Amino acid sequence: MKNTLIEIKDLCVNAEDKEILKGINLKINKGEIHVIMGPNGSGKSTTANAILNHPAYKKVAGEILFEGENINDLKTDEIARKGIFMSFQLPEEIPGVSVTNFLKYAKNKITGEPVKIFKFKEEVKKYMDELNMNSKNMERSLNVGFSGGEKKKNEILQMLVLNPKLAILDETDSGLDVDAIRTVSKGIEMFKNENNAVLIITHNTKILSSLKVDYVHILVNGKIVKTGNGELAKEIEENGYSKYKN
Amino acid sequence: MKTNLEEINRNIYDIKNKDDYDFKIKKGLNKEIIEEISKQKNDPDWMKQIRLNALEVYNSLELPTWGPDLSELDMSEIATYVRPKTKLNSSWEDVPEEIKDTFDKLGIPDAEKTSLSGVGAQYDSEVVYHSIKEDLIKQGVIYTDMETAVREYPDMVRKHFMKCVPVNDHKFVALHAAVWSGGSFVYVPKGVKVDIPLQSYFRLNSPESGQFEHTLIIVDEGASLHFIEGCSAPKYNKVNLHAGCVELYVKDNAYLRYSTIENWSKNMLNLNTKKAIVGKNAGMDWVSGSFGSKISMLYPMSILNGEGSKTEFTGISFAGAGQNLDNGFKVIHNAKNTSSVVNAKSISKNGGKCTYRSLVRVAENAQNSKCSVSCESLMLDDISISDTIPTADVRTEEVEFSHEAKIGKISDKAIFYLMSRGLSEADAKAMIVRGFASPVSNALPMEYAVEMNNLINLELEGTIG
Repeated sequence: MKNTLIEIKDLCVNAEDKEILKGINLKINKGEIHVIMGPNGSGKSTTANAILNHPAYKKVAGEILFEGENINDLKTDEIARKGIFMSFQLPEEIPGVSVTNFLKYAKNKITGEPVKIFKFKEEVKKYMDELNMNSKNMERSLNVGFSGGEKKKNEILQMLVLNPKLAILDETDSGLDVDAIRTVSKGIEMFKNENNAVLIITHNTKILSSLKVDYVHILVNGKIVKTGNGELAKEIEENGYSKYKN
Repeated sequence: MKTNLEEINRNIYDIKNKDDYDFKIKKGLNKEIIEEISKQKNDPDWMKQIRLNALEVYNSLELPTWGPDLSELDMSEIATYVRPKTKLNSSWEDVPEEIKDTFDKLGIPDAEKTSLSGVGAQYDSEVVYHSIKEDLIKQGVIYTDMETAVREYPDMVRKHFMKCVPVNDHKFVALHAAVWSGGSFVYVPKGVKVDIPLQSYFRLNSPESGQFEHTLIIVDEGASLHFIEGCSAPKYNKVNLHAGCVELYVKDNAYLRYSTIENWSKNMLNLNTKKAIVGKNAGMDWVSGSFGSKISMLYPMSILNGEGSKTEFTGISFAGAGQNLDNGFKVIHNAKNTSSVVNAKSISKNGGKCTYRSLVRVAENAQNSKCSVSCESLMLDDISISDTIPTADVRTEEVEFSHEAKIGKISDKAIFYLMSRGLSEADAKAMIVRGFASPVSNALPMEYAVEMNNLINLELEGTIG
């Protein structure tokens, strides 16, 4: 049990009084990469948002244990400080707050320790080079005027800098070209180690090709209908979800 | 969830010294009172005449029929002149302990040491401290309190006093001219560049009183200056009134930046008037952070009289519960090739009201001029109010004019995004608000940008349920 990072038990979630998740069970251990796939509207993003306790998603049953602790009702920032990160499908634009100041501030909040500026800048620069990001972006307002690809890379940069125990990537690959997807995969590989875990939410298998995926879960209509290994993703790529829809 | 540090910060502005004065005029407004003020201040006769004439103009003018309701203002309940128990000093050591202590806590003597080339400090109706760096004196720069200027530079003062802002401009200008006291006078000679800012700080301590300081700045041809104005007052239960007047003359090829951080207490009616006359190829920039006061009506104005003159206004207003801030900017394009850029922002929370009221006038002879206005409002909840009332009067075809207005509520999505990065709800809101205000803080010197961000944090404290 020591290696279990997050365990979701019989989770039911409503959004605007509509049932979205109807009893999800999921266990992720340290060192693992999990993937949730499923057709639009099946509840993939709801799962991610529910873990972060987004106020619009109400947990009506079940529980989420993170390192053995029930985090159902923790505030989003408390959950983040426990070590859970989510890469957003549509990252928000924050005018007037530079990427560099934001990263410093967030790093300080997550670690509770003062950020050593010089070392921090070097670290950020290294990650940006790896992600083929323009270092001029550091002084721009967070996500303002960024292209879709720049925004997604910026999410991966934040993941690397904040170094969470569990990174949830909500459709990080959607809308990206082949090169950008490769960069995102590279970022995940850089991040991944035996003490952390990644949960990738996608309906695209391209991002999975260069990653060693441990489990693939098929989510349909608010339930996980099938769990398998990386081969399952290939099967979905070839045959789609129709087989699981009933 | 207040930290001790923030508690101390708020207390700085709320220090209430004993209402201990050398002389306080009786409440009200009439000829005898004006004559008494004039006598107390040892006015030359010409100044006394200006005051008495202004009182007549005041009595003949009505309250504005637009904007916030000023009916609670009862001049018979306001003492217009309060002389503190000290003379004008040129050393902080000579300023009485209690008064010095207030300015110490506001950080004025510290700022003087590190980042200013001259300081004026007014306490109630009189300037209690004034200083200027030796090298500026050598270059002929004059920076002194207004009373000294009336005595020592009468020609210059008479030529400019209440000429940029005429006495009959509106009722509170007339009031100001009748009872004015204190303020700063600056003259920068031709070609002299004052690289380090001058600052005047205005502190109103006395309850049921008014502050009517007069600021007169002349930046002669080719010269440049950055002037900073700060104001604050502790909170009392009854109304206090601020009706200052700022007259700025920016001569040909000169440049003036006028920055204000205003944090009046929330029982203050701030009815201030500021105007600049801008000469040929000269530049006039305004930076304004307006936080305090119960009611504020403040519309700085640039009159672009010289060809090729430019002005820029960057300002923010922040209204909380019970505050009605009716602020804006006015610009008159009165010559060819003039340009103006307005970037006005407002934030309202807890039912506070912000109105952006503006005027852009482009005269027939102002061909090839440009004017770009952008105003943006951020509401932090559903009960706050934000309004935009722009007026444009463009009398030539050959002008580039653009106006953009955006009013919006703080985004729950953005708050969630930042919280997912470990920021508390309060931190997330503060970050969004600071970002929103950044065009203003970026235009301020560092120390003042920090002060402004502190004020934003103080304003946001306790808004989180």
